Amino acid sequence: MQATTKSDFKTRSKMLWKEMKESKHLYVLMAPYLILFLTFTIIPVFMSLGISFTQFNMLEAPRFVGFDNYIKLLLDDEVFIIAIRNTLILAVVTGPVSYLLAFVFAWLINELRPKLRAFMTLVFYAPSISGNAFLIWLLIFSGDVHGYANAFLMQFGFINNPILWLRDPDYMLFVIILVQLWLSLGVSFLAFIAGLQGVDKTLYEAGSIDGIRNRWQELWYITIPSMKPQLLFGAVMQITTSLAIAEVSMQLVGFPSVQYEGHTIVTHLIDYGSIRFDLGYASAIATVLFVIMISANLIVQKFLRRMGE
Amino acid sequence: MQAVQKFMMQRKIKKRKRLNRSLGGDIALFILLAIFGIFSAYPLIMTASNAFKPLDELFVFPPTLLPRNITFNNFRDLSELIGNSWIPFSRYFFNTIFITLTGTAGHVLIASMCAYPLAKYKFPGSKIIFMLVVYSLMFAPQVTATPNYIIVSWIGLIDTPFAIILPAIASSLGLYLMKQFMEQVPTELIESAKIDGASEYRIFFQIVMPLVKPAWLTLIILLFQRLWTTDGGAFIFSEEFKPLSFALRQIAQGSIERAGTVAAVAFIMMIVPVVFFIFSQSKIVETFSTSGLK
Repeated sequence: MQATTKSDFKTRSKMLWKEMKESKHLYVLMAPYLILFLTFTIIPVFMSLGISFTQFNMLEAPRFVGFDNYIKLLLDDEVFIIAIRNTLILAVVTGPVSYLLAFVFAWLINELRPKLRAFMTLVFYAPSISGNAFLIWLLIFSGDVHGYANAFLMQFGFINNPILWLRDPDYMLFVIILVQLWLSLGVSFLAFIAGLQGVDKTLYEAGSIDGIRNRWQELWYITIPSMKPQLLFGAVMQITTSLAIAEVSMQLVGFPSVQYEGHTIVTHLIDYGSIRFDLGYASAIATVLFVIMISANLIVQKFLRRMGE
Repeated sequence: MQAVQKFMMQRKIKKRKRLNRSLGGDIALFILLAIFGIFSAYPLIMTASNAFKPLDELFVFPPTLLPRNITFNNFRDLSELIGNSWIPFSRYFFNTIFITLTGTAGHVLIASMCAYPLAKYKFPGSKIIFMLVVYSLMFAPQVTATPNYIIVSWIGLIDTPFAIILPAIASSLGLYLMKQFMEQVPTELIESAKIDGASEYRIFFQIVMPLVKPAWLTLIILLFQRLWTTDGGAFIFSEEFKPLSFALRQIAQGSIERAGTVAAVAFIMMIVPVVFFIFSQSKIVETFSTSGLK
């Protein structure tokens, strides 16, 4: 019995080896990318996990400390709790809203004539590729009377004194959400536009004969099921982005922000990783973030795949 | 009379082409589109127009959408400020061009080389490699920032442009999109080339790569805008290796009189990727038709 499984294993590994040899040119083609991908993506994930159990500052050798970093992080770091809260608020708002906006605008644009469609695509997509043009929002939400938002609200008598949009904890998250949404029609937006253009036109005619009467029924019964792969891809993009908000917060409300009201998990990570050089602790933060991102993605994928089945 | 009838007929046909649409719904939706379009475009128009405004016009309310007195002073001030710094401006510019071009070209080539086998062949490891790529889309690069820094310093790349370039080349979104797009390349084409005796490398460079040009543009814009705006972060600390974005940000961190210069900086950083997108839009959208996750 054991002999057969052993020889079975032998022939199988021989076959595998033969297959691998036959595709050696393919491996050669893939090698440069795979080496870089392993070095800068796969290995770092495991390294991060490993380092998170140590105390490490790059100057001295890492010292194993068990779960100390995690215990401190989850039980003893008030700023991290604020960061988690802010990250979740930002993600729960900007994630679904930006996803819906990307889809709705792609859908509306799809009805336009090609030239106008191209123009509107540019209008909605441009913010996400405009580098740090989002800094214009500093001028819009400037806390003095010259800020466009303040000037506008005062002109029409909604407020009497300028609002410190970027310093007042009550408004900081609001501003970050607004700017993040402005930036959010990116890759998934393009995927939705392409997906909508790819829906088989005869399906709409057939649907119309089958009794579909308005655009909403058409959307629900024909369009959405036809572009499910793009919808799944877009979800991954929006979830990952919405959980990694940092740059906008750091640039607009400061780093660290007043009372940490604009602090997120990623800014906390940057604080410990790049400023305090407490790499063990930073890695623990990164690992927690990794788990949150992957599980959020997998849960939403599961949910979306089931939709409409 | 006949002409009118003909016209009515044509209108009817035209009308029938647009199924399931009510006029009221159309109007409502397009008003919505216009409002959000303005919301989206307004800050960018302001960024562009501020770059050409004299300082006193920057702070008037209501802000002028187009500059009343167009001036190039902001750009002149910018070049003066940069001329006074101890590193010549051309150096920052060269650094950014080098990082952007090398990184983007390397990404298109190396990611495509990896995408081709994954798209067209089944071989030991192909499934798991692609699965890892999809999983890597599910977390942001910030997660691996700390170990990346350690690895880069182990390899001895700290304070060289390659500390920025190499991790960018390994960006997984580009590989994913390229692989999905390459699946469309007809297998018969590859088979017949093989019968004619072409090697895998020749097939890749002479048949597959020319066919996937739309996807090149997509990979280019995604990586280009990331590298174009990089400031070197913690990876580059020598002044002579710092990219443009870093130098521009230093200038921007001045007092309120610098507001015009800041606008000029933002305009320069914004306009290049946007113009690139304007010219390659249709090809880029075409690439995304295959972006779906199965």
